[in-house]
Amino acid sequence: MKKYIFYPGCAMDTSAKAYNESMQAVLAPLGLDFEEVHDWNCCGATEYLGISTVPAYALISRNLALAARQTNGDRTVVASCSACYLNLAKADYYMAERPSLGELVNVALAEGGLDYTPGTLEIRHLLDIIINEVGLDAVKERVTHPLKGLRVAPYLGCMVPRPDYKKRWSDYEYPNELDRLLKALGAEVIDFPLKTHCCGGHMTQISPTTAFELIRRLISSADHHKADVMVTVCPMCQLNLDAYQNETNQYFHTNYKMPILFFTQLIGLAFGIEAKKLGLGRELVSAREALSRIGVEVPQEEPEVKPRRKKPTGLPMPKMPVNEEKTL
Amino acid sequence: MAAQVFRSSDPNPNLRFLEEVSARTAGVSRLEMCIQCGTCGGSCPSSVDMDHTPRMLFALIRAGLREAALSSNTPWYCVSCYHCVVRCPQDVHIADVMYTLKSMAIQEKLYKEATAPDFSQTFVDMVETYGRSYEFGLATRHYLKHFPLRMPSMAPMGLGMLSKKRMDITPTRIEGMDQLKAILTRAKELEVV
Ligand code: SF4
Ligand code: SF4
Repeated sequence: MKKYIFYPGCAMDTSAKAYNESMQAVLAPLGLDFEEVHDWNCCGATEYLGISTVPAYALISRNLALAARQTNGDRTVVASCSACYLNLAKADYYMAERPSLGELVNVALAEGGLDYTPGTLEIRHLLDIIINEVGLDAVKERVTHPLKGLRVAPYLGCMVPRPDYKKRWSDYEYPNELDRLLKALGAEVIDFPLKTHCCGGHMTQISPTTAFELIRRLISSADHHKADVMVTVCPMCQLNLDAYQNETNQYFHTNYKMPILFFTQLIGLAFGIEAKKLGLGRELVSAREALSRIGVEVPQEEPEVKPRRKKPTGLPMPKMPVNEEKTL
Repeated sequence: MAAQVFRSSDPNPNLRFLEEVSARTAGVSRLEMCIQCGTCGGSCPSSVDMDHTPRMLFALIRAGLREAALSSNTPWYCVSCYHCVVRCPQDVHIADVMYTLKSMAIQEKLYKEATAPDFSQTFVDMVETYGRSYEFGLATRHYLKHFPLRMPSMAPMGLGMLSKKRMDITPTRIEGMDQLKAILTRAKELEVV
């Protein structure tokens, strides 16, 4: 078992519950043991940085300080969310590049009885750990149910391969690590041209039409390449492509139904883990049909909170006149 | 320092605008090194919505056109994709400069459209109250204020998120909230203005 400190970030317990469930299910088979940063706080996403500098870096650094205290020799913190990963890595990198920033942040941290020396920790993304520490050979050995016949679009998004301060990826814009992992699981991997293009980030909240266009490009390209599912490594990417796919369809009068899954869910399936334990069924764009191709049955959604019964093709919804929508 | 001498001979504060933007950016911005090649704009997925491409914006900054630069919508349309950052021949920390420009625009109230600054502020308010982000509260507050017309088409999505247990109706608060508040209060005093 390899032990690491783990920074989950806010989405893992909420919108990316499926990511969390599937990650937890595959950790032991991958020989990984994660210990959560105790009482971690939000990393501020891309929002805090746009409001202030020292407070934003202090917010991020409280997590670094807590994690550094917790480590017993192992200096690696793993993050599963791309934005969290980059924020933690960025704070560590910039406080070293510009020591005066590190000093100011430490003055603030001292107010809470904490401190952090830049360079103390290695910040890495979960995918990086699986590729480079667990290794593809070890992954392959565990595959009992190869994903034969499932066409997947490997989608990394921006913040894992870029800016890549520590030069861990094979390319900034067209890295092949995720492709190789999915191939090791037996999937048919399409050469996805937009694999590191943007999912829209918080534009879904700020300028929806900008976001819809970015989402449309990704989904239509994956669809054009006849992918059955798109695979993501980030809660934000999954949320944008899954939860806003319907609105994007309405806006462009399209009818895409591209299921968006987390890479850990596919690892779990290939390892023969039950679909329910992998959070399958939580996606809003159903993966039922796609996964039936490889003999996996996606569990029915939990009936507890009674949504007014859904029609299979989407809900009856008040349609807004197009011109009104355009002015949003 | 040369800049000091320079300033005393000419009171125009915008002479130092480039220096100011650069100094306020985390890390070493390298904005002074921009050679105006335009690679950034050509790489930018949001450039169609921007008042100025990143290159043009940096030209405004170098020209000391403070108001024009800080009221440009460009930083607000930056999605932090880092395409320009890895392609820039001069290693300018473009995405971080965009963050700096946002915070300066907020401080000087020069932004033209309030949706994005409000979203950031609402997000930050949640984090400063709970130590975690709180999507349900954030979304409700933000949509009611800025996208009331969008609410009907959003409702099925919200319902789906709730029924699939992907959205909490109550926020989670960290244990060390007092500690975090103390840190942030001190950090705000230290903000280089
Ligand atoms: S790519 Fe870099 S050097 Fe070229 S215009 Fe943009 S910021 Fe300047
Ligand atoms: S980081 Fe911002 S400015 Fe640079 S290419 Fe991406 S969206 Fe454009």
